[in-house]
Amino acid sequence: MAAFRSNIFMLAFFLCGFSVFVTGDFQEELVIKPLHSGDIYASFQFRTQWDTDFLLGISHYRLFPKSLGQVISKFSVRELHISFTQGYWRTMQWGQPFLPSPPGAELWVWFQDTVTDVDLAWKELTNVLSGIFCASLNFIDSTNTVQPSASFKPLGVGNVTDQRFLRYAVLPREIVCTENLTPWKKLLPCGSKAGLAVLMKSEKLFHSSFHSQALHIRPVCKDWQCKSTSWELRQTLNVVFDLHTSGQGKREWSLFKMFSRTLTEACPLASSSKVYVDITDNPQGELFELSPATPLVSQAVVLGDGRTYSVYDLTDHATFGQTHSLNVLLRWRAAEREMLRPLLHGERYVAGYGLQTGEIHTLVYNNHPYRAFPVLLLDTVPWYLRLYIHTLTVTSKGRDNKPSYIHYQPSKDRLQPHLLEMLIQLPPNSVTEVTVQFERALLKWTEYTPDPNHGFYVGSSVISALVPSVVAMDTNNTQERPLFSSFFPCKEESTYFMRIYTEPLLVNLPTPDFSMPYNVICLTCTVVAVGYGSLYNLLTRTFQVEEPSQGLAKRLANIIRRLRGVPLLT
Amino acid sequence: MGLLSDPNRRRALTNLLTRLNAPICVVCYLAGVMWFMGLAFEPFTLRTYMSENAMGSTMVEEHFPAGERALATGREFAAHKKKVGGMPVNWLVKTMESRGLEVFTQSFTRKLPFPDENKERYLVRGTNVYGILRAPRASRTEALVLTAPCSQGNANNQAVGLLLGLAQYFRSQVYWAKDIIFLVNEHDLIGMQAWLEGYHHTNTTGGDWSPLHGRGGSIQASLSLELSSDVITSLDLVLEGLNGQLPNLDLANLFHAFCQKIGVLCTIQGKLQRNDWESTSGYSHSAQTMMLMVLKQASGRPWGDHGLFLRYHIEAATIRGINSFRQYKTDTTTIGRLLEGMYRKLNNLLERLHQSYFFYLMPSLTRFVSIGYYMPAFGLLAVILLLRALDLWVQLGASAPGTEDGLAEREQSPSSPGVLSILTPVVISHMTGVALYCLPVMSQEMAVQHFPVSETEAVVLTAIAIYTAGLALPHNTHRLLQGEGTEHGWRVLKLVALLYLAVLLGCTALINFSLGFILALSLVPIAAFITPHTHKPLSAAIMVLLSPGCTLLYCVLIFQELQETPVSLQDGWMLFLSVISQGILDHSLYGSLVYPLLALLIYPCWLLLWNILFWK
Repeated sequence: MAAFRSNIFMLAFFLCGFSVFVTGDFQEELVIKPLHSGDIYASFQFRTQWDTDFLLGISHYRLFPKSLGQVISKFSVRELHISFTQGYWRTMQWGQPFLPSPPGAELWVWFQDTVTDVDLAWKELTNVLSGIFCASLNFIDSTNTVQPSASFKPLGVGNVTDQRFLRYAVLPREIVCTENLTPWKKLLPCGSKAGLAVLMKSEKLFHSSFHSQALHIRPVCKDWQCKSTSWELRQTLNVVFDLHTSGQGKREWSLFKMFSRTLTEACPLASSSKVYVDITDNPQGELFELSPATPLVSQAVVLGDGRTYSVYDLTDHATFGQTHSLNVLLRWRAAEREMLRPLLHGERYVAGYGLQTGEIHTLVYNNHPYRAFPVLLLDTVPWYLRLYIHTLTVTSKGRDNKPSYIHYQPSKDRLQPHLLEMLIQLPPNSVTEVTVQFERALLKWTEYTPDPNHGFYVGSSVISALVPSVVAMDTNNTQERPLFSSFFPCKEESTYFMRIYTEPLLVNLPTPDFSMPYNVICLTCTVVAVGYGSLYNLLTRTFQVEEPSQGLAKRLANIIRRLRGVPLLT
Repeated sequence: MGLLSDPNRRRALTNLLTRLNAPICVVCYLAGVMWFMGLAFEPFTLRTYMSENAMGSTMVEEHFPAGERALATGREFAAHKKKVGGMPVNWLVKTMESRGLEVFTQSFTRKLPFPDENKERYLVRGTNVYGILRAPRASRTEALVLTAPCSQGNANNQAVGLLLGLAQYFRSQVYWAKDIIFLVNEHDLIGMQAWLEGYHHTNTTGGDWSPLHGRGGSIQASLSLELSSDVITSLDLVLEGLNGQLPNLDLANLFHAFCQKIGVLCTIQGKLQRNDWESTSGYSHSAQTMMLMVLKQASGRPWGDHGLFLRYHIEAATIRGINSFRQYKTDTTTIGRLLEGMYRKLNNLLERLHQSYFFYLMPSLTRFVSIGYYMPAFGLLAVILLLRALDLWVQLGASAPGTEDGLAEREQSPSSPGVLSILTPVVISHMTGVALYCLPVMSQEMAVQHFPVSETEAVVLTAIAIYTAGLALPHNTHRLLQGEGTEHGWRVLKLVALLYLAVLLGCTALINFSLGFILALSLVPIAAFITPHTHKPLSAAIMVLLSPGCTLLYCVLIFQELQETPVSLQDGWMLFLSVISQGILDHSLYGSLVYPLLALLIYPCWLLLWNILFWK
């Protein structure tokens, strides 16, 4: 059956290849990284490249998903990055991810400089994407959209860096589940029918400690000379499986155990299809045992560190062996569960108690023993937390650390959030603490969410940095490198780009008792209006007994009598 | 309101109120006391019910199997504790790590203002160890806390064992939506205070603690576990926290629901539920339970490790295992299942516990008195003060001639010295209050040098000395300014004192009903009926007997009586002294407000009344 299906695909491939003369390329890969905590990190990357110009209006699509192509041409998108994440990446236990993402949904888009009304395009785009991904992206509006000035530079080629064409928004409350995964899988050329995507069974992917799926569209160089550009669509999916809850007592991992499937073939449309297993910490096999053994070994520089990988090439039939299936098995031998000391690490929390004020603390750790490096900190805080920006302090090692660049955009009630961007130099081996006080606003009663006592979310801070690398980075051609090590452009040999996200915050606002609105409104209004009003009246007025006033006739008579000079009537 | 705006009818009403003032006051007082005592009568109270839908109808299944292993861990913990002679930090860190938690420690130092003789500590150094179970696919925004104290001696080893057992079991479950923090705190409340202040990065009482490095977002609920025996007969629920704050009633309901489901005997104030409310003994049983709650709440101190959480709007309670001589025993596995069930329910919460009551009294675990029912009791007492104030106001108005000339005259001559004449007593009383608040702790060194007493005794005895000395202060200072004390003068002073007391008690009762009610019970009669014309020695004796200090002594004696551990007057006195020192310590360590309230506000107010008695 599988062979038959693959034949159909091959047929389709040839037909398309011959009938329409457009060049495109599809690559897929899976990286498996055993983590120190005994957990396992699986990262899928799918890359579709297409040398075309969407702005000319294209009607025929082959590898590239049509729905996205139409979005790009309709809204004149230059770069689009969207991620859906369930869970928080534990840097202290897992190290750095290949592609970071904040909990919830994150969307940032660079528009072409031909777009006149960016806000309108952004609004429509979010609604369209909301439909494509079955997500609540339509909740993105002006109250949670910002235009960062420095933190989110374009990742593709091009030189427009005017922040007017950039929009960034995070929905920390967004919950990611199968209904977001299915449309995401459908964008792949082979769907989930063949290749690595067969492993994506939602019941397993969501039985994990961390789940993140993302999609990045950007223009990239077509070749190493970079004379023309082509469009790149990268779809990534990162999962961390927990040893304790899914290990069932055995300290081993296999593809079947992780995904309840094994690999039988590559996606027929893919030019390259590989599985990498990180064996850097395991040169002699003392930490874990890997089977089946593979002769292919690849070296790559990832996140400033040289790593070694065992490679399984799925396009090679020998990989599948006698059983016609590949089930990579990894058996732990030694246990080591010390916390890591990642070079750059961030934390955030709300300090204080009570429902009136509070303080946001952001801690940024530089664990490098002797190198200082600068980081860009981006904070987006909703308007209902009124930041007292004069209380902003940045301290490192007990001393004031003046940021060399601050971009602050104050909030407007019900219109726009606070945006705070700072460039901070982190001294070596230090903790830098950024604090700012805030006041909690009292919302209008229709502005509360249906569960107001749950609290209100504040999105993650974004820390972007050029971190000193351990080994020299390869600044040359990124075409030939594995996908997972070639996403962020690399300009210098000694540093690499890294972005980390802190945890989102859950802040309680003063909340009226909605459980008995009738009582509250009626009773207080009545008491205030009737009781207080009349009592106040009584207290401020003086009372006197007055004689009953004279009749009109008598008064008239008296006026006449006064004129005449005779005694008045009483 | 037409009644009041019509001058004739208004006059008639005020006449009625002034004429019948004393009888109405007496009736109100009796009605207030009766109402309060009636609160414990079962037909008058409401049955508790679960308000939070997320914790409602669906019961979770409990599978915790490892009670015996938890006890073994507890014994191991005890052995290591004995070896180290305190908190076995390294062992705890290792054990928690092996159970798959993220483990952090926090060290703290606290110097008490004077040695605590009950717990024999002065300079406290300790370490808290906590492990965080990270919920899968959760973004560190919400957390639940389970704490067990590392106590001295052999107490609470089983609690720590069960905590570690639960940590291991919880770690292998997939359904957690909130992080769970397992905390073992040293030096009970001092460690807890350090941890909470570290977690929320506040410093209210000037402690010295190291910052925390791992957090789980905003804490939704917390339970403290106290367990000192392998098997127990019943579980006691402790609710009263700092300054008389109580957790949401749903937490108590949750505990009760699971005790019912699993079949564990549960108590509140150490008293079992009884079903014979018709009988006198049944009524007195629930009255005793409620009185115990009132006394504990009025003390304003945390009655378990949970007490400090309430300041941070975290619903918390202490669950205490009690092993008495009953036949029926419950083993650790069952307690573990109970806690598992409670945590799973708390884990299901979508919002903070807020649906049910925050202000309540409990005559038993299934019955509660809500704020709407108990406030009238206090209101009936407080209205006496207002009635007396109205009476005085009318008298003051009537004493001046009613003509228009007299009105102008009164505005010029008697009223301005009237204000001056009451100024001096008010200032002097409050200065005495400030002395009572500050001097005991400040002058302890001097006292120790000159008298053969310990620091703690010095503080307590100084406090009592200042309190007594306040009675002998010059009471007729107004004569310096005015020459002669007038009828008018004391009336103005009494009016001020009455209104002051009414405001004070009203505010206190809103925050801590029990404290407000107890103070009203003793202060309202003397405030209502004190004049300079009564029989001096008798009135003075009554005033002293009803003063705040003596009220405290009665409370101590009644509390012991209700707890079925009656003490002799001698022991009662010793207990009274230690309660004073504990009160001062609670204030400086945890920020309890009862001591400053009594010293700075209630006592000066009482001194004003004392002033009136000796008015010349």
